[in-house]
Amino acid sequence: MKRISIDPITRLEGHGKIEIFLDDAGEVANAYLQIPELRGFEKFCEGRLVEDMPQITERICGVCPEAHHMASVKAVDDVFHIDPPPTAKKLRELLYSAFYVFDHTTHFYVLGGPDFVMGPEADPAVRNVLGVIAKVPEVGKEVIKTREMGHEIVEIVGGRKIHPCGALPGGMSHGLTEEQRQHIEEMARSLLEFAKLTIKVLDDVVLANKGYVDLILNDSYLHRTYYMGLVDENNKVNFYDGKVRVVDPGGKEFAKYAPKEYLEHVAEHVEPWSYLKFPYLKKVGWKGFTDGPQSGVYRATPLSRLNAADGMATPLAQAEYERMYSTIGGKPVHATLATHWARVIELLYAAERLLELSLDREITGPNYRTIPTATPDEGVGIVEAPRGTLTHHYITDEHGIVQKVNLIVGTTNNNAAISMSIKKAAQGLIKGGKKISEGLLNKIEMAFRAYDPCFGCATHSLPGRMPLEVIIRDSHGEEIQRISRGLH
Amino acid sequence: MGKLRIAGYWAAGCGGCEIAALEIGDKIIQLAEVADIVFWPVAVDFKYHDVEQMADKSIDVCLFNGAIRSSENEHIAKLLRAKSKVMVAYGSCAYEGCIPALANLTNRQGIFNRVYIETPSTDNSNHTFPQTSYQVPEGELTLPEFYDTVKTLGQTVEVDYFMPGCPPVGKQTWAVLEAIIQGKLPPPGSVVGAGTRALCEECPRVKEEKKVKAFYRPYEIMPDPEKCLLEQGLLCAGVATREGCGALCPKASMPCTGCYGPMEGVIDQGAKFLSAVASIIDSNDPEEINRIIQSIRDPVGTFYRYSLAESLLRRARIQ
Amino acid sequence: MAEFEPKIVGFLCNWCSYRGADLAGTSRIKSAPNVRSLRVMCSGRVDPTFVLKAFQLGADGVLVLGCHPGDCHYKEGNYKAARRMALLKKMLAQFGIEEERFMLEWVSASEGDRFASIVNDMTAKLKKLGPVAQQG
Repeated sequence: MKRISIDPITRLEGHGKIEIFLDDAGEVANAYLQIPELRGFEKFCEGRLVEDMPQITERICGVCPEAHHMASVKAVDDVFHIDPPPTAKKLRELLYSAFYVFDHTTHFYVLGGPDFVMGPEADPAVRNVLGVIAKVPEVGKEVIKTREMGHEIVEIVGGRKIHPCGALPGGMSHGLTEEQRQHIEEMARSLLEFAKLTIKVLDDVVLANKGYVDLILNDSYLHRTYYMGLVDENNKVNFYDGKVRVVDPGGKEFAKYAPKEYLEHVAEHVEPWSYLKFPYLKKVGWKGFTDGPQSGVYRATPLSRLNAADGMATPLAQAEYERMYSTIGGKPVHATLATHWARVIELLYAAERLLELSLDREITGPNYRTIPTATPDEGVGIVEAPRGTLTHHYITDEHGIVQKVNLIVGTTNNNAAISMSIKKAAQGLIKGGKKISEGLLNKIEMAFRAYDPCFGCATHSLPGRMPLEVIIRDSHGEEIQRISRGLH
Repeated sequence: MGKLRIAGYWAAGCGGCEIAALEIGDKIIQLAEVADIVFWPVAVDFKYHDVEQMADKSIDVCLFNGAIRSSENEHIAKLLRAKSKVMVAYGSCAYEGCIPALANLTNRQGIFNRVYIETPSTDNSNHTFPQTSYQVPEGELTLPEFYDTVKTLGQTVEVDYFMPGCPPVGKQTWAVLEAIIQGKLPPPGSVVGAGTRALCEECPRVKEEKKVKAFYRPYEIMPDPEKCLLEQGLLCAGVATREGCGALCPKASMPCTGCYGPMEGVIDQGAKFLSAVASIIDSNDPEEINRIIQSIRDPVGTFYRYSLAESLLRRARIQ
Repeated sequence: MAEFEPKIVGFLCNWCSYRGADLAGTSRIKSAPNVRSLRVMCSGRVDPTFVLKAFQLGADGVLVLGCHPGDCHYKEGNYKAARRMALLKKMLAQFGIEEERFMLEWVSASEGDRFASIVNDMTAKLKKLGPVAQQG
């Protein structure tokens, strides 16, 4: 059986490789996404002080440490049976909204966006952030500024730009002065303008192009799965707090649960060829790598969140939400590539929410932390990480020493779906006998990239290419064909 | 003279150092004028195969972040060492193990059992574990070997420079890059991108006398915003940590946790921190001493948060 | 098969415990030969790094012996040792190094028999425990 190895997958938190097997007719028999890394947080956190967990677990990911910091501190609040004062929650959500703005920006402009802004078959030399900057120059400067402002807000509220230290059980380590609040408000206004600009970029460059719309709706990139996302009491998308809502492939509410109930709904499957587990809906069951209402495979992505909710909580984002569904036609949307659109809508919501919170009277309040008094025992904290629903679960002894940890991390939710997306895209694109072109390789990557798998690197010094090499071997391991692009 | 050839690699880490490299902001334009990135899997899609094809020592500088936890990490560390003139252990994971090195308190079996069997959401009654080689119907799939012990980069290959921090802060990263560009690096083996003294020198808090009758967990008190945190009974690692970050955490009213590693000349950061804490206990009565020590409930996690792999003992002894 | 002979590293203070050890020797009091004694001026001189280094190099046990409280030649050195060693002992447990392997005791210059009994006691305990576990 012929085999195509893509190793390593790049622009991923950590490492991954894809193995595609072709049968004798040259059709794709199967494709495997293998994650070759594991660090063991669920074990080595045993014995740690539970209040240290927000700073320890955020080292799971240096791109989205804010997500772990928040999920963790919410679990720790729960462990101590303490409800932080309103100012503390608002400070946390303020930090979190700023984070969402720069994180989604990074993905759209540097990672996923170039496929659309420049085109999936565009010359690799321009199909990257530099090409985007050349095509829409006013945007490039704004992207850099946006990242800087977003990080500055995180530092003001959370103490550090990367791996914030401000979250404690019962609240935050420090409050906000009026001067800091004004500075944040100013930056928030700027970020909102940038979010609006991004919608315009999406409109002018992607949605105005029929070819792209066709690509987005192409069956090779479609899966009818369940969708998961956090919603507030009005069933609107909320990144920081709420209940987890799951809708079925038809869009009907299938489950809605509070963090403490997660074990009744989510289980994880293990395969011997990957270090990463495969979560699925317990009440449906693990039926393998398939979609549809009979399979427990679900997705937790920006698109999933929009599918699982009834709308957005801020006006501009809500208008965009309605526009997306009416344009594509119906809800839920199953087209994986539409995740990019959903991401931009979330960017807009995050910016609106950031401004809202920076104007809130309580954000500079003196009451930023309450001291816990209850005996610690067990807690669960859930937030929406940009890449998916993030669950932290801790059990401690009566002194708050961690005894047991369970984590279900953003991208992990999508592990099965990503595998399926790669396989389906490969099957649709690699046909018996047909020579494998360069654009084809990119289109397989696009299936993977839409999920923004935990890490998309933002760099401004990309040499402007997406080099990739595909080696095709026969069943003896002899090389038959090697396709490279963009390699020196 | 051509452009500098720079490589980056991320082993067992979190990606924070990759993001940290971007904290140099618009200086990246200056960098792009004088340097080419010839390998950096997180951003540029060159393969391992391309590195293998490079001539030895053809990479001018390699910024390697992440600890060495698997056979793949080890293999790439050795490969990049051969191909690079200068190897920099960038960030705490590569320098001293950082958070992943806390796994040295357990071992592979302990981690596998927890992750793949015991965790309450895991459904694995067959006790399936990931395998380094596995036959699927279509062929063989391989995974790298997961080692029992996390090692630092310096314990795996010869390292020329060490940059502490989890992650290193932007201005320090630029200072080092500038030194590289200008050819002004100190002697090999040096720690760069940081000072030599304790963090206390950078910390603006008021320091008086350190005599403590009780230690507190950070959530138990509302600390005074001006005074030294250690003097208030919080276990602030600043006293045993190298300066360089600007004392970010103490400024945010949180004790330093030690991510910039030990000061110059200190071989074991945890021992130093432990010693400092013991020294400030204000008692000579054994019972009172024991009572005070009782409240320090996770000594290894507090004293060796980031430096376990580089410590004298390196790992826990497990039967 | 040869019986396991534990290797014990001892840090003995110059003014009390080292002299006590000497006394045990000159009095021909039977004490196990398993301790390698290192003379320091004061038990307060013992940096935790020394203890960790001893274990790193393969010691099965470490002993720190100082003057009785109140008798320290430098007044407070042994109190410093008491604080430091107590915290170190707690941390060593997290490294899987059992508490029998690390002891801080007070031995005066005239307590040759006490020195012998401490050494014999520890040796017996370590023989039962076996060598320090292999790494990992």
